[in-house]
Amino acid sequence: MDVYQLLISGVSQGCVYGLIALGFVLIYKATEMVNFAQGELMMLGAFVAITYVDVLGMPFLPGVLAAMATMGLIGVLLERLLLRPMIGEPHFAVLMLTIGLGFILRAVAGAIWGSSPRPLGVPYAGQVISVGELVVSIESLAIVGGTVVLCAALYGFFRFTRLGIAMQAASQNQLAAYYVGIPVKRIYGLVWALSAVVATVAGVLAAPVTLVDPLMGFIGIKAFAAAIVGGFGSLPGAIIGGLVVGLAEQFAGLYLPPGMADMSAYVILLAMLILRPQGLIASMQRKKV
Amino acid sequence: MRFIRKTRYQQDIALFRHGGQWFWYSLLLVAALAAPLLLDRFYLGELALVFIYAIAGIGLMLLVGYTGLVSLGHAGFLAIGAYAHAWLLGQGWPFPLAIGSAAALSAAVGAAIALPATRMTGIYLAVATLAFAVIVEQVIIHWASVTGGFRGMVVPAAAWLGVDLGGPAAFYVLCLALLLLCLLLALNLLRSPSGRAMTAVRDSELSAESMGVHLVRTKTLAFALSAGFTGVAGALFAHKIGYLAPDAFTLQLSILLLLMVVVGGLGSLHGVIYGALFIGLLPQVLAVVRDSVPPAIAQLPGLEPGVFGLILVLVLIYEPLGIYGRWCKVRAYFDAFPLYRRATYKRQKQYLRTERLH
Repeated sequence: MDVYQLLISGVSQGCVYGLIALGFVLIYKATEMVNFAQGELMMLGAFVAITYVDVLGMPFLPGVLAAMATMGLIGVLLERLLLRPMIGEPHFAVLMLTIGLGFILRAVAGAIWGSSPRPLGVPYAGQVISVGELVVSIESLAIVGGTVVLCAALYGFFRFTRLGIAMQAASQNQLAAYYVGIPVKRIYGLVWALSAVVATVAGVLAAPVTLVDPLMGFIGIKAFAAAIVGGFGSLPGAIIGGLVVGLAEQFAGLYLPPGMADMSAYVILLAMLILRPQGLIASMQRKKV
Repeated sequence: MRFIRKTRYQQDIALFRHGGQWFWYSLLLVAALAAPLLLDRFYLGELALVFIYAIAGIGLMLLVGYTGLVSLGHAGFLAIGAYAHAWLLGQGWPFPLAIGSAAALSAAVGAAIALPATRMTGIYLAVATLAFAVIVEQVIIHWASVTGGFRGMVVPAAAWLGVDLGGPAAFYVLCLALLLLCLLLALNLLRSPSGRAMTAVRDSELSAESMGVHLVRTKTLAFALSAGFTGVAGALFAHKIGYLAPDAFTLQLSILLLLMVVVGGLGSLHGVIYGALFIGLLPQVLAVVRDSVPPAIAQLPGLEPGVFGLILVLVLIYEPLGIYGRWCKVRAYFDAFPLYRRATYKRQKQYLRTERLH
């Protein structure tokens, strides 16, 4: 029974990693930029949701939707103010920029909301379902369910909407997308918005389990491991990678010596980079001139 | 503007290009040597810390600024150097042997990391080194018989041949001497074929390879040397903080080191010194500023990392060449006055070239 319990908590934790990794991959696919502040965007999204739901007293769902809208706006603003000037600069500079952005967001969140952990008042807090000996919290189910719904929505968005297809085009070939009349710069802004919205969903889903504080974003690094395991250019890969990392973490805690649970994500990451650097679902090729 | 008439090929790789450089660097050295007589122990300690950062910065600059490989894990090498040095001193090894072995161990780990790392580029490498640093941190926590685990470990006093190296002035001179040694090593490396090969790899791996540069060997060498320098800095850092605990070597420290080379100016050893001064002295400046602003702002949690982040972002957007680059521009302005053209230092943008299959 222990194994099933671990399986469930691993899957729900993995879904959180997967959702953050999804944000990484979205931005990377579209703009070839790596956003190291993705975890901080998630933290910010959770705090904004807390503000709407707990402080302003909005009902849960409208509050979360408002938080998503707000974060989308913040995503566009960040892209316009900080990332737009960096188009055409080396990858390294952009990477450093987003690391700096993460520091700033953490300091801002600490200044506004304080540094002590806060819960998000979700309507399903503390409820459990028992199936035989198995006890499943609604929070874990909500994470898994939310991930599935979000993935379906994203799939539909990229498959059927004009904007989604334009985003795919811009990500596949910038110059060609320009030529066929896609406003690539505006698309970049919208990709950042979309990524911030996904991060908000991840934050809201994870909030009942992990509590929200300015350092919450550090799990973004583990999500990064998930993104790389999944192949970094692939949306389903991100979720799969998240599940791999989440499950490995839970089972390492049970079967391996202490400390391995914290390390497992990084060990998997290193092993992956050494053995199969292109990830589980490959989308890279050797760099050409 | 100074024009140098070159009459010998040796002049191209001379350490000092002309007499003016001789004069000013000698003056700087005299000032640095006179500092223990003029400054009190607090400022000596801060300057020693700046020198330690600078030694680590030389290591990181060789890797990031000259070979073009990004590392987010240099706190790991710093930790290896610090713990190895403290442990060896505790075993009764003499000081120079302990610091040398610490550097060698760090370099060996660096070379071992480089072997898989040479297969990766860009962000993949940055993330791999980040994972490496986290693993080092966890190993330190759980290998309690050597490292003391969470409780930490006391660093034995620095002394050699009966001379106490732990006092403020003595430690300052020790750090200064090691910094000069490392600078000289780095300068000599950079004008040797190996150093030139590193620069070639940074500018274009493909053309470097076509010119006969052995990519794997060059990258491994860069990694090992970088880790070795950082190991020396770690050994000194251990003496500086006096008590080693795993929470001294976090991701934040790695990023601080990277911030140092970026703000100082990538691709120049001057930049290392400027960057070390910057990150060594900024906390003091912030402490002074903190006293003069309202307490509501001064007491904010995470203010210092926030300011560091803000400066990093501003530097990357407005002055990607860092402090040294700004200094070069100012100098060029006065050299060429009134004919300076802004376009001289115009940044080149590149079109996005994807590495992905579609």
